[in-house]
Amino acid sequence: MSEAVLELEGVSKNFGALKATDGVSLTLRRGEIHALIGPNGAGKSTLMGLIGGALRPDAGRVRLDGVDITRLDMAARARAGLGRSFQISSLIPAYTVRGNVLLALQARAGHVFRFVRPVARDRELGAQAARVLDRVGLSDRAAVPAAQLSHGERRMLEIAIAIAMEPRVFLLDEPMAGMGTEGARSLMRFLDGLRREAPILLVEHDMDAVFTLADRISVLTYGRLIATGTVAEIRADPAVRAAYLGEDQP
Amino acid sequence: MADARREWAVNAVLAALLLAVPVAALWLDEPFYITLAARVAILALAGVGLNLALGLGGMVSFGHAAFFGVGGYVAGIMASHAFSGQPMVFGLQGSNQMLVIWAVAMAITGVMAAGIGALSLRTSGVYFIMITLAFAQMVYFFALGWPAYGGDDGLPIFLRNQFPGLNTAQIWDLFLLCYGVLLVVLGLFAMLQHSRFGVALQAIRQNPTRAAAVGISPFGVRLVAFVLSGMITGLAGAMMADLTRFVSPSMLAWQMSGELIVIIILGGVGRLFGPVAGAGILVAFEVFFGGLTQHWQLWLGLVLLAVVLFARGGLIGLIAGPARHV
Ligand SMILES: Nc1ncnc2c1ncn2[C@@H]1O[C@H](COP(=O)(O)OP(=O)(O)OP(=O)(O)O)[C@@H](O)[C@H]1O
Ligand SMILES: [Mg+2]
Repeated sequence: MSEAVLELEGVSKNFGALKATDGVSLTLRRGEIHALIGPNGAGKSTLMGLIGGALRPDAGRVRLDGVDITRLDMAARARAGLGRSFQISSLIPAYTVRGNVLLALQARAGHVFRFVRPVARDRELGAQAARVLDRVGLSDRAAVPAAQLSHGERRMLEIAIAIAMEPRVFLLDEPMAGMGTEGARSLMRFLDGLRREAPILLVEHDMDAVFTLADRISVLTYGRLIATGTVAEIRADPAVRAAYLGEDQP
Repeated sequence: MADARREWAVNAVLAALLLAVPVAALWLDEPFYITLAARVAILALAGVGLNLALGLGGMVSFGHAAFFGVGGYVAGIMASHAFSGQPMVFGLQGSNQMLVIWAVAMAITGVMAAGIGALSLRTSGVYFIMITLAFAQMVYFFALGWPAYGGDDGLPIFLRNQFPGLNTAQIWDLFLLCYGVLLVVLGLFAMLQHSRFGVALQAIRQNPTRAAAVGISPFGVRLVAFVLSGMITGLAGAMMADLTRFVSPSMLAWQMSGELIVIIILGGVGRLFGPVAGAGILVAFEVFFGGLTQHWQLWLGLVLLAVVLFARGGLIGLIAGPARHV
């Protein structure tokens, strides 16, 4: 149960004089949702970038299933099993919803240098894409270009792409941001089940969602982890209340 | 769906037109127009090459003249050695067989593109444009200062190279060859465009971060596309040398690179038949307006401006609407 799938050890990143990430160590265990919270500008997205490979750490190690992936670039880390969604939706705008998922599926299948068979007529990929879109409720939007989606649909497509990758770890950066209560609720229920497929490192601002979903919570301020623990422990932690919850709660 | 069918129709009309003009010219005994049609086919072929890098891959190469010109020089140099009987480097013989020449031209331009691409693809945007231009200019000045093969005078091909089963001295045979090669390469382009490779390449053009985040390394895919692109344009260069029976550094000049970009923009960036439409428009302008006024390039410039401002998809986009994707 408490086996660490993803492991960070003293990860640091400076932007000039700014210590955006300052010696962060944390683990993500099999089957859990580990929420990463902190005020705006605390360095949550930076940390996600350091794990996902968009940024290179100045110091520290990132391990996935015990294998050091610190030196790998973003694409190699994705192939190693990191499936991420972005805080600001990052899609292929001219591709349809289905096309965006197909891209992830063909990358997962591992063959990019295939020059002959048309992707659109690949039955197996097509069936997989249909299954993924069905799960996230985007089936009837499959033929719509991503550029024409609503904000909420874009967020769901980000999740669909991550699912299609069948990763060992999900890195989700504010998946519910700006979704509206209805969409956010159904996404919450979805993530609740998703943790059984692979553990989730979840950045989220909505405290209700975090307290409902998370098995463990880590609190980040000014690039430093000030606490990690269960929901009850974090609620009770005086440092956390002072630094974050106190000022952010109504 | 309607747009997809319309694009097919436009493509079919363009293919038919490119065949009908020289057929009519053959009947009317106007070989000049057969030569023109062959020229359109070859420029379109060179454009298909660039379209792979620029249209599908978003790599705005301002140096494709390097591949076009080197392809031409391979044809010229091999033909001149075959003519004189003197060996080339390392005791290798020249050849007057197009198939051999094409293979050599594509091999050499492929290696060149791998080198230029590997260095240039570390940059992007304006830097990519400038660095590809710089490489092409290096090749240009090298050819200019190489007296063994004509230097700035260029290099004539005294006897047109040969192709099995055809009499390439006849312009009609040569046209058919150019047309056939163009159709074959267009078929390959269409295949590539919809394959996994093509889907990855076009995704990388739109959002390289997303491609990387699902596990596709942009660099490798772009590099392979750039190499294939250079090889196709190199093949077109070799064929152009045989059409004009002359190679000169002007094939390597930056104006040539610009002309290829213009062809793509006029026809429709990333569209299968974009280069065919673009090459047709360019050559038509050159012939009809070139005969009326010395300033035809000014008029072409205005048309280009209008396309960029009001019809971003070029001629194909204008008729068939925006491109559709997976
Ligand atoms: N590429 C960069 N260059 C310089 N500074 C950066 C860069 N990226 C982030 N920062 C800075 O690092 C700090 C952490 O930013 P980050 O985006 O990680 O915060 P965050 O916790 O995700 O905030 P939010 O809740 O608003 O999403 C901020 O002060 C930000 O301005
Ligand atoms: Mg953030």
